[in-house]
Amino acid sequence: MRRRVVSLDSVSQVTEHDSPREPGADSDWEGVRLHVVSGKGGTGKTSVAAALALALARGGRRTLLVEVEGRQGIAQLFETAELPYEERKIAVAPGGGEVFALAIDPEEALLDYLDMFYHLGRTGKGLKKLGAIDFATTIAPGLRDVLLTGKACEAVRRRLKGERGDKGPWAYDAVVMDAPPTGRISRFLNVNTEVAGLARFGPIHSQAEAVMRVLRSPETAVHLVTLLEEMPVQETVDGVAELRGTGLPVGGVVVNMARPPLQADDENDAGRRLTPELLDAGLRAAGVRPTKALVAALLGEADEHASRIVLETEERRTVRGLGLPVYELPLLPDGVDLGGLYRLAERLREQGVA
Amino acid sequence: MTPVADSPANSTSRSPSRSTAKGKAAAPARGSRPVPQLDIDPLIDDPDTRIVVCCGSGGVGKTTTAAALALRAAERGRDVVVLTIDPARRLAQSMGLTELDNTPRKVAGVDETKGGSLHAMMLDMKRTFDEIVEQHADRDRARQILENPFYQSLSAGFAGTQEYMAMEKLGQLHAGGSWDLIIVDTPPSRSALDFLDAPQRLGSFLDGRLIRILSAPAKVGGRGALKFLSAGMGLMTGALNKVVGAHLLTDIQTFVAALDTTFGGFRKRADATYKLLQARGTAFLVVAAPEKDALREAAYFVERLAAESMPLAGLVLNRVHETDAAQLSAERSAAAAETLLEQALDEDEAPSEDGPSAEDLRLVAGLLTLHAERLRMIGREERVRTRFTSIHPEVPLVEVPALPGDVHDLDGLRAIGRHLG
Repeated sequence: MRRRVVSLDSVSQVTEHDSPREPGADSDWEGVRLHVVSGKGGTGKTSVAAALALALARGGRRTLLVEVEGRQGIAQLFETAELPYEERKIAVAPGGGEVFALAIDPEEALLDYLDMFYHLGRTGKGLKKLGAIDFATTIAPGLRDVLLTGKACEAVRRRLKGERGDKGPWAYDAVVMDAPPTGRISRFLNVNTEVAGLARFGPIHSQAEAVMRVLRSPETAVHLVTLLEEMPVQETVDGVAELRGTGLPVGGVVVNMARPPLQADDENDAGRRLTPELLDAGLRAAGVRPTKALVAALLGEADEHASRIVLETEERRTVRGLGLPVYELPLLPDGVDLGGLYRLAERLREQGVA
Repeated sequence: MTPVADSPANSTSRSPSRSTAKGKAAAPARGSRPVPQLDIDPLIDDPDTRIVVCCGSGGVGKTTTAAALALRAAERGRDVVVLTIDPARRLAQSMGLTELDNTPRKVAGVDETKGGSLHAMMLDMKRTFDEIVEQHADRDRARQILENPFYQSLSAGFAGTQEYMAMEKLGQLHAGGSWDLIIVDTPPSRSALDFLDAPQRLGSFLDGRLIRILSAPAKVGGRGALKFLSAGMGLMTGALNKVVGAHLLTDIQTFVAALDTTFGGFRKRADATYKLLQARGTAFLVVAAPEKDALREAAYFVERLAAESMPLAGLVLNRVHETDAAQLSAERSAAAAETLLEQALDEDEAPSEDGPSAEDLRLVAGLLTLHAERLRMIGREERVRTRFTSIHPEVPLVEVPALPGDVHDLDGLRAIGRHLG
């Protein structure tokens, strides 16, 4: 008989009956090569994006984790120095995979782009001095976003050199983007509409079109991270509606920092049975002196947990009502450190995300 | 601001233990100086306090803090208006805010026996921006600006517009003079600093060299004037034309020219707002949750406010976990849980006549595991908090315990207000 240890692990019990899968075998997102991860502030979207990049890299694959908001969240998470505008290896996944990271800076991306298409090496720098680059990346409608998403899409489409003129393999098996928060995600990704009023033709227009083709394709999935709290769930519901409205491919919902129920099967029953007498007897059996204060305090904690669970159950129902694949990640009591990140990656993999 | 009663000496023996009964006691970390306690009531009761700005990173409960503070101040006798940015739907409804209409609405259900009142409003950033344009330009020109794609982008999406408009609205509310106390929530910025940078960024952008160059030709009648610029400049605009297309340059020039004539006072406005934030009577509250990222942002903010000579009242630390059962440590609790689980296995094989059943043992073990995890979380929260208070020992601090549910009515706000007060 399996020991029913009530622990954080019980969150993933739903998937425990599944036999362990081979890395990459029938994941829920077969064929998706650009994973966009959004979520309300404070939901841990950067951690989830990083865990996803790790999970997708398992078994000798290579993934790229990109950030677009200049927060250096990836560097902090992986406990490394600030990331430059350059793809560099940041972690290895179990089984030999590699995770690369890139902090996309819109100014650098624009200079890159100018140089690539117009060979504007020095003029580009002159534009920067003049404030034109600043202007272009902060005020020009959607231009900044085209540059950011464009760089990510370029990484998705990039191939290594093939033999004898053949197409080489993809440079990255998957690209994971730590994207702007849910409230802004549709606008951010819907670059086409944003630049339409600005560039009706010309190179920016075609660039936006090319980016949009990748973003709207089945190769892309936009995942939303939420907590089981009212406001993040509401934003997730709104975000999904908005993404669907703009024709962007909605991926899954990742419920982060979920608390495990005290007793997996029946919370009400557990509440009824957890009397002072039982707790007293239980503590004695474990060799802990059951002072009145201790018993009362522990029962108080149980109550608080139970009411939290009731609320979470309600929010979970709303999330499930979206009709999207839902994944749950446990609250790590010690916070998300590097080890925690690998554990989250494992949870995602077990649930079929990668 | 009074230091907490606990001396460092007796805190050395303490395990993570802030009791709910003591609630807001900011327990000093081991071996460090006591952290000054932030007393909100004297701050909001002081008639000289006219503006309170709540800032901090996203998802830390800023809006709720601002609303709770406003309600408490109103019920203690002030005429308060609270400017919220993006409140949770049910919280907004509880304050009678059903639409984004940029107008302060009276909040029903507030105890006004002490002569105070509460109004609340939600910021509509686009409308606020449009109003500035309409106010400063004649009708034709205003229409020209409002229809320009660059204006539309600037008013709806410029990184910092929301921040700037929140400040603009604050300036307007202040100038209106009908409020005794204005409490402002700040937008959920990518970084808390955007909020301080936005006015200047917008101002310096509009004053920038590029703008002057771009607006020059339009002023003297069309792009032809570009020819008069130096050869180097010609190369630049040539490059710009190539990349963005000529029609785009025209749009930019129209926009910039229109702004230039109507926004003469724009920079002045930004400066006035900035000065208002430094003025006596303004107090900043940095809001955070006991997490690494949120407190890192809070520390940046504290440093930045000091650099800008803006008056910091203190730090509100939301969602702090507490326990009344600190006498049972995380390690002992986890060990006890294991013992009980083993006993449960024995019980499965040979059920005893008396004593708890296997299921009951597992239930208690579950509770003990939960307690152990709670203590670990409290320990982690204390570590990040201590990190902050070691770097900024001078910043007064008040803690609000984590509540099991979401706040969406006035009673909930009152309960938070009591923790703050």
